[in-house]
Order: sequence, then C-alpha cells, then structure tokens
Amino acid sequence: MELLLAILIGLLYAAGLYMMLRRSLVKLIIGLILLGNGANLLIFLLGRITKGLPPIIPEESSVFTSAYADPVPQALILTAIVISFGLQSFAIILVKRAYKVVKTDDLDQMNSTDR
Amino acid sequence: MMAQIVFLPIIVQLLLAISLLFSWKWIKWQKIISNVGSVLSLVIAIWLFSTTWTEGTLTVQAGNWQAPFGISFVSDTFAATLVLLTAISGMAVSFFSVGTIMPARLKFGFLPIFHFLLLGLNGAFLTGDIFNLYVWFEIIIISSFVLITLGGEKTQIEGAIKYFTLNIFASVIFLTAIAVLYGLTGSLNMADLALKVAEIQNRGLVEVTAILFLIGFGIKAALFPLYFWLPASYHTPPPAVSAIFGGLLTKVGVYALIRVFTLIFVGDVFLGNIILVLAGLTLFSGALGALTQNNISKVFSYLIICHIGYMILGLGMYTEMAITGVVFYLIHDIIAKTNLFMIGGLIYRITGTYSMRDSGGLYAKYPLISLLIIIPFFSLVGVPPLSGFWAKLTLISESFKSGNYWLIAAILFATFITLFVIARIWAEVFWKESKPLPKLQNFRYFEKLKLEKKILIVGPIVFLTLISLYIGFGAEYIQRLATRVANELMDNQQYIQAVLGVNTTN
Repeated sequence: MELLLAILIGLLYAAGLYMMLRRSLVKLIIGLILLGNGANLLIFLLGRITKGLPPIIPEESSVFTSAYADPVPQALILTAIVISFGLQSFAIILVKRAYKVVKTDDLDQMNSTDR
Repeated sequence: MMAQIVFLPIIVQLLLAISLLFSWKWIKWQKIISNVGSVLSLVIAIWLFSTTWTEGTLTVQAGNWQAPFGISFVSDTFAATLVLLTAISGMAVSFFSVGTIMPARLKFGFLPIFHFLLLGLNGAFLTGDIFNLYVWFEIIIISSFVLITLGGEKTQIEGAIKYFTLNIFASVIFLTAIAVLYGLTGSLNMADLALKVAEIQNRGLVEVTAILFLIGFGIKAALFPLYFWLPASYHTPPPAVSAIFGGLLTKVGVYALIRVFTLIFVGDVFLGNIILVLAGLTLFSGALGALTQNNISKVFSYLIICHIGYMILGLGMYTEMAITGVVFYLIHDIIAKTNLFMIGGLIYRITGTYSMRDSGGLYAKYPLISLLIIIPFFSLVGVPPLSGFWAKLTLISESFKSGNYWLIAAILFATFITLFVIARIWAEVFWKESKPLPKLQNFRYFEKLKLEKKILIVGPIVFLTLISLYIGFGAEYIQRLATRVANELMDNQQYIQAVLGVNTTN
C-alpha cells in the first residue's frame, strides 16, 4: 500500500509539474490541482497508514490500548483540501477573465508585463 | 491573563474586516472604519510590543490544549516588532488608499480585503505552529490575489496569472515540506520541532526538508533564481496595493526563512553557504534589473529583490552580529519600501506617467514635496545618518570579520547601483524640464485634487518618512532592539522554554 501510494504521489507531482510547464492556461490549472492533490496524499502517507484502527479510547480504559491511526494528518489534509478548493475556484475565474481580457490562452503571448 | 493580548492584533483585524463587509454599500463608512481601525490596531500593536518588551516572550495555547498538541501563539520580541511594523505601514497605506483608490475599486470591497491581508500578516508573525503558518500564508495570498486583480485591467490580469501561479506553487512546496517534517518528527509545533529535529540521526533527510522550506519561502521572499514573478506583477496594481505588497509580503517570506532557519534547522554549514551564495546573486541580479528599467514602479520592484539580498545574507553568515544587522535592515526596509511605492503613486498623481523619460519638472513645481521625497530615497541608499546606513554598516563589518570579502563587494555594488538608480530617478523626474502632461481619462492630477485628498496622499508619506528619520537618528534604540531580537533568535532555547516550559510546570 505504501509503495503504491508513493508511486502515485510521484506520478501526481510529475504530471502536475509537466502540466504547469505547458503553454495553455487550462493545463496550468490542471497542473496546480494535481500538485495540490499530490501534496495532500503525501501528508496522508507520511502520517503512517494504519488500517482499521480509529483513534478511539475504549470505554473501560483511559489510555490507548493498541496502535491507532494518527488523526492529525487527516485534519491537516482536510484543511489543505478546503484551502486548495478555494484557491482553485479563484484560479478558474481568473483564467476565464484572463482569456476574455487578453484574448489568448497561450502563456507565451502574455508577456506585456515582463518587459 | 496578560498573555491573551497576543490574540488582539489578529482579532481586531478580523473584526474590522467583517464589519467592513457588513458596510459593503456604504463606502464613506468603510473609509472611516478602516482609518479608525488601523489607528486602533497601531495602539494595540504598541501595547503588545511594550508588554513583550517588559515581560519577555508571551505564549498562549489556543483552546488551552497543551503545547506540542495544540496551536501555540507566541509573541517574542521579533514577532512583536513585526506586528508593530505591520500596524505602522498598514495604517499609512489605509489612509493612502482612502486618498488614492478609485471609488469603483472601493465598491468591490477593496478595504475589507486589505484588512484580511493584515489579519493574515499578523497571524503569520504570531503563530508558533508550522501548519498554522501555512494557513496564515494562504490567507495572505488569497487576499493578495483579490487585491492584485481588483479592477481587472489587462496588465493586472496578466501580472496576476504569474503572481498567482508561483505563489500557489510555493505553497505546495511549503506543504510538501511540512508533510516530510511531520513524517520525520510527528510534530507541528515549532518549538517542539526544534527539539525533535536536533535529535534526528538521518541528517541527509533533514537537509532535504530544509531545502524544500528554502525553496517554498524563497519564492515568497523573491530570492535569486525564484524572483521572476515579482517584477512581472508588482507594478500592475494601484500604488496603495504595491505599497503593502512591497513593504510586507516579501518580508513575510524573509520572516519565515529567519524563523525556520534560526529555530528548527540550526547551524548547518552547507545550508548557510547556499544561502550566502543565493544572497549575493540576489543582490547582483536585483541591482542589474533595476538598472535596465524605465518604469519607476518596476525600478522599485527590482530594488525590493536587490534589498532582500541584504537580509538573507546576514542569515547565511549566522552570527549574532549578522542577525542584528538583518533585523535592523528588516525594520528599516519595511518602512522604506512601503514609503517608496506610495511615493511612486504620488509621482504618478503629479506627472500622469510612471515612465522616467516622459516625466520631469517635479522639483520646479513642488519643491517641498521633492525635499520630502529625497529623505526616504537617501535612507534607502544608506546615506549616513539615515536608517539604511546602520544596518549596512553592521552587515559589512560582519562580512569583513568572517572573511567573506566577495560579500562586501556584493553589498557595496548593490548599494552603489541603488544610489545610481535613485540619482537617475532624481535627474529624470525631478530636475529635468517638465514635459506636457498626458491626457488621461477618469484621472485627476494632484494639483486639481481637493485639499483633503492631498493631505490623505502626502500625509502617510510624511508619517513614514518621520518613522524612517527616527530609525536613523534613534539608531541606538533600534540597535538595542535588534540586538535583543538577535540574541533571542540565536539562543533558541529561550523560545522553546517559553512555548513548552510554562505548560509542563502547571
């Protein structure tokens, strides 16, 4: 499972970076989304995957009796997903606006502010 | 109980932003609330600073969760100083934006978003939790995205695309770094991380994590190979927005770099050398970029990059004296850069153009304003006894002591180019004969504005210039402050004690 996730995360990062390097605006957004998802999965993986052991203390004891899944990474991912959701919706509107105003979706044509 | 005031700068900005949202349609009220609120937040920042100064580091655990488990908010001297500086430039920009921002932009919520930005800045300075720092960074960038695009002009949207992409990319790298760090240590509290990272045997992995943080924060701070988004975007929004961006946004990156590399990843010679080389190259490339530009606002953007080099350089040397220089420079730079972009806005108001070639005759028309402007210009260059001089003196003497002679060359080169560029702006915009003013739609020149507006534009510049003068002439006090901050940063046990120690005893 860990190995599979590690490969998936690598693929997501690679695909995200590749898409960001393309010239199309839409692909830029897809790239950012893939990168964000890769980062979220990375937090999940590095928080150690524990299967079927929720972090709930049994009624008869006051401490954890066995290994348990760390709830912190899940909280982190939840926060990160919400944030990236907001950023992505902003990004899509921005790109639409850019397409309307600059009249191109080719990033190479958007160089008037660089000079 | 006193420690609860750590939350105040954050809460006040949040309440301000929300009350501004509620008065969405009443622009007049928004202006009054924003101005009064920014004065109030300055008072609170001064209160927090003086309490931190007299009582030492203040710590609050959010929700009373004990230290390494909950989110800590820490106000050491460094954080309190930066909150104070944020409040000072925030207040200046609040007044300046009431004077200069077009009503159309104000109608679409300029002021609430501006206060959300200040909220994010205060939070980023005060938090003691690395993931919480990420969240504050996101609040900062999402509000800055709105500020940079508000108005929707073609150049703004183009600049925003670049600004947006690289800032999100930086956030993803920052998040990746946090993930790896959490995997290594199982902790997010910065004080706890400092203890745990020091114990890790696998130094290679720690170094990789540190590099990830360096890249993530480096993009935000506009370090050498990562700064290209800055000159492509900072000149596009209105000058009030550029002022707060130039004064504070890149400095948050610098703050995070200093915090992480003095607290968590300490004393790594290899990393120190990388940072030194990056700092030197930042100084060179920023200075060369400033030389080639004709647009005043773009020149200032390159000067931001160039001067980031000074701060990162001291961090690379990593001696107490060098960090003192860095903190002094940071204090000077936040005020100077905010002021610089507001001056750019004033020049635009008077001449109707940002182009140096097409403007002129400012000195003949407004001799007093020109004399006012020369003070921040000179303090930026570092003409003694103005504010930039003292920090550079410390940094140069420290490079000399540590034997990094090429760094002295870089510092002097960057200073010389800054002087040259400023002299060129002075010669072109102020001394040259005046050119006919371009006819612009929906634009009122400075001379035709009402007196009240004129005061709102010039007043903040006077205010920040006075602060700049105080930093220069009261250098003894600022030096004492910087020394104390450097002392706290170099001895990270004080920070760790303040965050973890209190809680283990009660």
